[in-house]
Amino acid sequence: MDHPSFVQHAVLLSLVLFGLGTLGVFLRRNVITVLMSIELMLNGANLAFVAFSRAAGTLDGQVLVFFVMVVAAAEAAVGLAIVIALHRHKDTLDVDAFNVMRG
Amino acid sequence: MTPSPLVQELILAAVKVAVIIGALQGLFSLMTWIERRVLAFMQFRLGPNRTGPFGILQPVADGIKLFFKEEVMPAAANKWAFLAAPVVAVTTSFLAVAVLPYGPPFTLPRLEFLPSWLSWLWPEWLWGRSVQLQIAAIDVGLLFIFAITALGVYGVVLAGWAANNKYSLIGGLRSSAQMFSYELSLGLSFVGVIMLAGSFQIGDIVNSQAARAGGWFLGWNCFVQLPAFLVYFAAATAEVARTPFDLPEGETELVAGFHTEYSSMRFALIQMAEYINMITVAVLATNLFLGGWHSGIPWVASEGLLGFVFWGGKVAVLLFVFIWLRGTLPRFRYDQLMHFGWKVLIPVAAVWILVTATGVALKGR
Amino acid sequence: MDAILFYAAAALAVVSALVVIGQKNPIYSAFALIVTLCSLSVIFALLGSPFIAVLQVIVYAGAIMVLFLFVLMLLNVKSEADAPGRGTRTLGAVAVALVALLVAQAGAVLVRAEPGPAPAFDASTRRMAEILFSPQFLYVFEATSILILAALVGAITLAKKDL
Repeated sequence: MDHPSFVQHAVLLSLVLFGLGTLGVFLRRNVITVLMSIELMLNGANLAFVAFSRAAGTLDGQVLVFFVMVVAAAEAAVGLAIVIALHRHKDTLDVDAFNVMRG
Repeated sequence: MTPSPLVQELILAAVKVAVIIGALQGLFSLMTWIERRVLAFMQFRLGPNRTGPFGILQPVADGIKLFFKEEVMPAAANKWAFLAAPVVAVTTSFLAVAVLPYGPPFTLPRLEFLPSWLSWLWPEWLWGRSVQLQIAAIDVGLLFIFAITALGVYGVVLAGWAANNKYSLIGGLRSSAQMFSYELSLGLSFVGVIMLAGSFQIGDIVNSQAARAGGWFLGWNCFVQLPAFLVYFAAATAEVARTPFDLPEGETELVAGFHTEYSSMRFALIQMAEYINMITVAVLATNLFLGGWHSGIPWVASEGLLGFVFWGGKVAVLLFVFIWLRGTLPRFRYDQLMHFGWKVLIPVAAVWILVTATGVALKGR
Repeated sequence: MDAILFYAAAALAVVSALVVIGQKNPIYSAFALIVTLCSLSVIFALLGSPFIAVLQVIVYAGAIMVLFLFVLMLLNVKSEADAPGRGTRTLGAVAVALVALLVAQAGAVLVRAEPGPAPAFDASTRRMAEILFSPQFLYVFEATSILILAALVGAITLAKKDL
């Protein structure tokens, strides 16, 4: 736990996770998988917060992680409710099918 | 030849793991027999009494039968999930075991009289050492238990979904909905106890009960925090899906719920996970609410072996109450169960937290 | 000892994150995300925050992912059928290149940086509570409880049948 390069490698890991989450948002066509990739991005950000909180020796980063988790929970709940409503409307969960407002 | 402190800790931890897991599995087999006999006596019949004296070898016979039964897996089932579900269930059950204390701290005896060909069994660094049967005394012990309970839902969800059977799926979803609905009131009931003890460590909570009311049993949390104890007991019974909340596995409901398609050893694993959950919940209640290993009478010391006797007795009483409930109460319907969990237990627990917090703020601990 | 655990958990997190974005069946993605969240919890504990580690399992892996799994199982979501078209593949290649560039640049900076000594750290729950209920964060704390209430009401309203 006092190994100083943990912090750097944790920040690198958070970047990798954030990047993978972004790839998931761009490349996947199922709405729920896109939501899961967004959760992956949020977790990457949480890891960066915790790593920097460790490096700085204060707890402010962890308090922010607490709030990010709460907001992510609220967002997942509302997002999944919207997904249920969308599914009820169109019976598919393909992102490309919801294009009524294009152009 | 004295090993380093790290290796000493590792050896002690390995021995504790072996002892606790062995004892739990033995207790699981014993509980199956005890449950059948006690339920039978409550229902004015005898129960299994053929295999061995008083039927004590019945769990052995059950084990041999299950070992030789054929393992059936539905053709359309998801193979990896089907195989993984009992593993997840058992893993989360046993993970929760790691942070609970299973008795008081005791000092190891100094067996200096051992001959040289035996003395390697009891090396010098063990003499007079104070140990407690708790594998990991972490700072956030109680929150860890809560986290593992939250993960326990996945064994059920995975089992229900993997079998590709609509009864299993509905049973699994209902069962997991029941589990995480009652998790909330379970967690809320802990909060009053934590406020009074001022720590998340279970050892601290046990000792704080002994320090109250001069060591009398009236200072235990089950009396000082009576509503929290009742909420905890109801929520724990629902969490481990025992009667009256055993809708997921009642024989007349939804075939057999989420473990419909499981046979033989996998079914035995799921049963073991359930019984270990029940024992864990009883141990947690003993430690948090019933004063752990303390005797409740100020002049009766509870160190060492006597503490074990008190602790074991309390756990046994709680396990008997679980069996007693099964023999007495009818089953809740699913909507009644959800109503009870969300609209009765959570408000009661929340109001009690308010009362406890006001008390602590006004009077200190 | 800590290093082995950290790198094993980090490797597990990356592999399961790849499964999350790569797997066609969304239920497998959900289970892989649970594995990612639990390995991240291990890393949080190794970085000296036991409270956040346990909270991660309770909230993320134990509640949010159960919600995801419920929706997936109730809506009976099937795997994605067709391979991505040419536009998606180009977009994908560009996105992968950009992400790889970002990670490589950050990696280069981090590898060259000098690790200073980590200062003493008291990450107990008591300390967290002192900060959360201090005047600095108290308003935010109460506001998040109203946020959760709003999300609760919103989710129930959106998912109702007879809206």
